[in-house]
Amino acid sequence: MVDFLQMVLSGIAVGSSYALMGLGMVLIYKATEVPNFVQGEMALLPVFIAFMLLSTYGVPYYIVFPATLIFALFLGCFLEFAILRRAKEPNILGLIIITIGMEMMLLGFVSWKFGADQRAMPFPISTYDSIILGDIFISTLDMLTLVVALVIMLSLFLFFRFSKMGVAMKATQQNENAAALMGIKTKQLRMITWGISSMVGSVAGLLIAPVLVEPYMMWDPMLKGFAGAVVGGMTSLPGAVFGAYIIGIIEHLFGGYVSIEFKSVVAFAIIVLVLCFKPSGLFARHYTKKV
Amino acid sequence: MDMKRDYYEDVQLFSSGVVLFWFSALILFLAVFPFVFKNYYVYVANYIAINVIVVVGLNLLVGYTGQISLGHAGFFAIGAYATIVLMTQVHFPFLLALPVAGLVAALFGFLLGLPALRLEGPYLAIATLGFGITITQIIGKIQMFGERQGLHAPDLTIGPWHIKTDKDFYFVLIPITVFLVIIARNIVKTKVGRAFISIRDADIAAETMGVNLTYYKTLAFAISAFYAGVGGGLYAFVLRFIEPELFSLFMSVMFLTMAVVGGLGSMMGPVAGACLLGWLDLELRNVLEIPYLGAWIKTLSESYFTMTGVSNIQQIIFGLILILIMLFEPLGIFGIWIRTKKYWKTWPF
Repeated sequence: MVDFLQMVLSGIAVGSSYALMGLGMVLIYKATEVPNFVQGEMALLPVFIAFMLLSTYGVPYYIVFPATLIFALFLGCFLEFAILRRAKEPNILGLIIITIGMEMMLLGFVSWKFGADQRAMPFPISTYDSIILGDIFISTLDMLTLVVALVIMLSLFLFFRFSKMGVAMKATQQNENAAALMGIKTKQLRMITWGISSMVGSVAGLLIAPVLVEPYMMWDPMLKGFAGAVVGGMTSLPGAVFGAYIIGIIEHLFGGYVSIEFKSVVAFAIIVLVLCFKPSGLFARHYTKKV
Repeated sequence: MDMKRDYYEDVQLFSSGVVLFWFSALILFLAVFPFVFKNYYVYVANYIAINVIVVVGLNLLVGYTGQISLGHAGFFAIGAYATIVLMTQVHFPFLLALPVAGLVAALFGFLLGLPALRLEGPYLAIATLGFGITITQIIGKIQMFGERQGLHAPDLTIGPWHIKTDKDFYFVLIPITVFLVIIARNIVKTKVGRAFISIRDADIAAETMGVNLTYYKTLAFAISAFYAGVGGGLYAFVLRFIEPELFSLFMSVMFLTMAVVGGLGSMMGPVAGACLLGWLDLELRNVLEIPYLGAWIKTLSESYFTMTGVSNIQQIIFGLILILIMLFEPLGIFGIWIRTKKYWKTWPF
């Protein structure tokens, strides 16, 4: 029983970073209708910048972390503004391919700049500390990830519920033409959505970085976050969070009880199964295409 | 551009004497190629030919049927492993093992096609991507497939003919490639191809017209997987050694890139894209040996970047090509060709 709880808790901790990536993907999917393969690398570049600032230049944490997030915001805005917006008559395949192209460029750049060494980012909290709850251990960093993820989810919820910009974003997602007619600057909002998504992803990246910094560090969280978002339905923010936690927990339980070797692929088996029965995920309303 | 007046004009293999001429010229060129160029270029040609097979198959799925696949490295791996295992463990001759391996891949394509029937867009992308990742992970854990150490390709003999060098293999590979490309072109021109295109353009309208979506979508997956499987089987003999890490997500993305850069939904485009990017892929692996630019890249990497990551320039260039093609010429090389042709046909207007 203790083992079980321990695994569930580790699953939730890992699921938090998946959830942040999944949230970023869903934000962009709702705004631009593209599965965003560059999500991982939008977080990767800011993380490497933070890593460079911290380890090479010795800039203090309280400057680096906000600066990184602001950089991420601009990076996301820039990618949408400079590349994605310029696509002529985009169809979904074309948009997917553009995001893959951006992903390859950013990943290539980061690997060229920093090499493929595996390093760890300096962080205020040691990765070896842990909190003991009865018989269960959880590392302080995992705990922090969990808390930060919850805070971000809450603030996104508040943002979309109460802020004027959030409501305008929701309106744009529901009906772009109508929103534009109401005086909402839809293009600008879409750009900002990309920025926010990049920021959310970078938070996940910054929380993974104390353990591992290398060019492929965001691949796994990105794919699992994507998988979680798909399980949750791709258009629902709570769905993405739920899906990501489900994937994190099942992954750990599978690793603990069935086979540690196939731990990282079980997520994809889950999504194929879920999609067989609910083709639009668990939480999205399945809409039938009309002529 | 040219109006087709009857059905036979649409399905004929060569639409005019000019096409026939250029096709014969191409065949002639391919026949003398290994005698003119040195061995390295024969290896490059083999590598490109395999990419052509896979990308033409992928194009049947993505370009003609409109279903995205990010998992073709999975089918490719199945074909490669199945060919070697059939030859070493079951002692099939090569020319039997290859199509059987293709059929095994096609079976997996059919199985993946079943859930894919109800999926579209991002859901299909993640399902196929998951398939591609999972299959290589599973192969890497099975003892018969050499686990992580991989497998060596057995000696290749067709009848009395022992195939040892790249040049020998070239004469096995190129006829197969030309044959498969012609088959793909014929599939597109028949009822099956028209059903694929109608599914791509409007699936609901296609269904209303009596196109059986279940049948044709799974068929598209199966055919496409068959091509990838055959390509994989041949690839095993080009490299002579295969391991699970080869068949990564990057490989699936490369296949898709080639199809897109060449131009989806045409026959010539993917062939051109596979040639261009296949060649670039091999050339850019040794980015420092490029004449003139190589030395400059070296100094640049030493002062601002790292030397260990210099091979990633390849990825940057591919990404850039992808973005530029999608932004400026969504129809790829084929689109450029069509525009040039139109311009000169109507010149000076």
